[in-house]
Amino acid sequence: MTTMLNVKDLRAYYGQVQALHGLSFALNEGSLTTLLGANGAGKTTTLRAICNMVRSTGAIEFEGKPLSGKSTENVVRLGIAHVPQGRGTFTTMTVEENLQLGAITRTDKKNIVADIERMYEHFPVLKERHTQQAGTLSGGEQQMLAVARALMLRPRLMLLDEPSFGLAPLIVRELFKILGKINREDKVTILVVEQNAQLALELADQAYVIETGRIVMSGSAKDIANNEDVRKSYLGY
Amino acid sequence: MELFTNQVLAGIATGAIYACMALAVVMIYQAIDHLNFAQGEMAMFSTFMSWQMMQWGVPYWGAFILTLALSFAGGIIIERLLFKPLAKAPVLTNVAGFIALYAIVNSVAGLIWDFTIKQYPTPFGSSPFLGSQLISTHQAGMIGITLLMLILLFVFFRFTRVGLAMRAAASLPESARLVGINTSWMIALGWGMAAAIGSVAGMMIAPVVFLEPNMMLGVLIYGFAAAVLGGLTSPFGAVMGGFLVGIFENLVGTYIPGVGNELKLPIALALIITVLVVKPAGLFGRPIVKRV
Amino acid sequence: MSAAEEVVTEAPAVEAVPKRAMTLGVGTSLVVLAALVIAPLFVKNFIIFQMTMLLIYGLAVLALNILTGGSGQFSLGQSAFYAVGAYTSAILMEHVGMNYALTLPIAGIICFGFGFLFGQPALRLSGVYLALATFALATAMPQLLKLGYFEHWTGGVQGLVVTKPDAPFGLPMGQDMWLYYFTLVITIGIYVASVNLLRSRSGRAFMAIRDNEIAASAMGVDVALYKTLAFGVSAGITGVAGGLGAIAVQFVAPDGYTITLAISLFLGMVVGGVGWLPGSIVGSAFIIFVPNIAESISKGLSGAVFGVLLFLVIFLVPHGARQVAIVAQQMLGKLKKH
Repeated sequence: MTTMLNVKDLRAYYGQVQALHGLSFALNEGSLTTLLGANGAGKTTTLRAICNMVRSTGAIEFEGKPLSGKSTENVVRLGIAHVPQGRGTFTTMTVEENLQLGAITRTDKKNIVADIERMYEHFPVLKERHTQQAGTLSGGEQQMLAVARALMLRPRLMLLDEPSFGLAPLIVRELFKILGKINREDKVTILVVEQNAQLALELADQAYVIETGRIVMSGSAKDIANNEDVRKSYLGY
Repeated sequence: MELFTNQVLAGIATGAIYACMALAVVMIYQAIDHLNFAQGEMAMFSTFMSWQMMQWGVPYWGAFILTLALSFAGGIIIERLLFKPLAKAPVLTNVAGFIALYAIVNSVAGLIWDFTIKQYPTPFGSSPFLGSQLISTHQAGMIGITLLMLILLFVFFRFTRVGLAMRAAASLPESARLVGINTSWMIALGWGMAAAIGSVAGMMIAPVVFLEPNMMLGVLIYGFAAAVLGGLTSPFGAVMGGFLVGIFENLVGTYIPGVGNELKLPIALALIITVLVVKPAGLFGRPIVKRV
Repeated sequence: MSAAEEVVTEAPAVEAVPKRAMTLGVGTSLVVLAALVIAPLFVKNFIIFQMTMLLIYGLAVLALNILTGGSGQFSLGQSAFYAVGAYTSAILMEHVGMNYALTLPIAGIICFGFGFLFGQPALRLSGVYLALATFALATAMPQLLKLGYFEHWTGGVQGLVVTKPDAPFGLPMGQDMWLYYFTLVITIGIYVASVNLLRSRSGRAFMAIRDNEIAASAMGVDVALYKTLAFGVSAGITGVAGGLGAIAVQFVAPDGYTITLAISLFLGMVVGGVGWLPGSIVGSAFIIFVPNIAESISKGLSGAVFGVLLFLVIFLVPHGARQVAIVAQQMLGKLKKH
């Protein structure tokens, strides 16, 4: 298996405050990896550092190419889609315009139209509302839209920041099912940051645990789920 | 009743001036979330450039197109050089930057072309339009050009990729970057477009108010009033606001005794404050979500 | 950082100045004061007049500084308050025959009321909208002053001529010098009062509003009251400056109080350093002397010079004279050590 994303000794800063203290991890191509950790552990910062949205040092390589010094939009153009926390929905635009924006860097017009149709198959609720202003969607629907918008890039790697945040459990299950399907069928490598450890570990094949800006544990999702400490701290039994 | 309709008609004619200016104001507000206090001066400078070209023998429409292109480029250059470095600075710093630009452009125009009033030609002639004494062919042409610009803008923002990207960059810069949009260049593009629209406004207004470095001050205030009335987020609202302000101004002047030409600016002031206080989103704008 | 946090902590419109950094130390203050007291004894009348204007504009910039640096509100309309103050003094002196010194507090009170009232609608505006409303106020003011209704009092476009007062009690000094010392006393009084105001409870309330309005109201600060109060105080001080200006220039006319004046005062504040009260006098010097120098090089050049210098200030020393002063202080400190 080839390594798709390689992160070495990542340190990130908000002003004077250091949020990440030398983080290293790697994602295999085609894998579905989860990054677990409590509030403030540095999960979101890690994703933001990959897209160069926060000041950081260290080496990040995507498919062998270094990402440092690239602007956020140029990182995205390499095929890294980022679903931010809070979903980043363009609330004043229609659902369809949101999807078109996801493909704004692509020039293959025909395929874009076909991809929008495919998204409507994945997420039928979006088709029903495609002319509606995105801000009128419910939280779950907006999260679907955010994932669909990210997929419109035809990404090689998708970063998801707490997709379960604020959603009802049933909707979270549905969303995660779709994520698994996308990972298997569309061969999109996925890195998902989660506080809902139980669901994330069910879904993922690899897992990392992060505490106060450092990786403290890594392994297959199954091993991590069976680990005594993880069970106590994150799964609650 | 006839007096009323006549005044409304005359109001629409003057309103076209404000509509033009308001359109430029809204363009820049969309792109950068600021009101450019130098917008009027930039338009004035563009108009002087076109005047100079005509003095050199370039035909009207040739000068018109050239000025449009130069203004567009000029707007982008100003943004890249002076305002891109201020993107993350506090509002106060940005306002100071606009004021500085205002002073520079006004002063330089005076140095190059001096402060005497100059005649400016109109391509539409100035005979009565359709036999009406209230609207001249120039004013009718101006209304036509304003509406044409509005339609072009609508098509651009609704149906083109760049237009969509610009809207995205204006509404949520961070999300826009995350779909791969170069938001910094979208802002520069917004400056360029605003400068170009402003130059059209200037060239349409100059035959009415005459060409001189201070010609735009009053117009800019009315343009602001129009943009605020229509809603700063809506180009359509800006144009409607322009016409409404024009009509309002004429009706107040006709029906309220003692309000003559000398009260023009105080009326604009009162209008701006009233709208901002009563309905800050304007008639056609999106509600402003206040972030703290 | 969570999304919620980002929304709440958007940067304030005006960069905060630590409270202690708002004033000068005792030693420096005494030196400046001594210089201001002694200097006029050795210069010509015209220079004394310019120094008087320096103090007057310094007051007006100080007033804007209290509003912007203190409470975080913008104003591009200070010329309007200045004009109201000037006209109040002029009308009271020339039509009512009141003593010039008595007209100043009245000008201050009237402008305080005007500013307080204007602050009412302005309350609901922030940042760029407030700048817009005040910008419109400044452009509208000259037209209001020209109005036919008030012509009997204001003299319309012609304006009013104001008599220059003599030194009282038979003091052996010229009119210019007397007016300078008179202005100096008032300026020092207002400066000290302003410093105390910003150090008081009200000052803390202003600054809390400047830094985070919602947090301030959550802590029990009456945001509406203090915002309008800041407007009132600022307008009041500007009014006194306007009155003094009318007496010093001996003339008021609508076209003396255009948007250009408002812009100059705004410039003075930015150059002097937003929120740094002693910087007001530096800013004032800037707006008085730079145009003179520029005009002597080429007529009509002052706007361009103003603009270019303002850009330089924004880019190189965004905190204005305060930044220069701090750097100078640090260098002095280093010199002492060696």
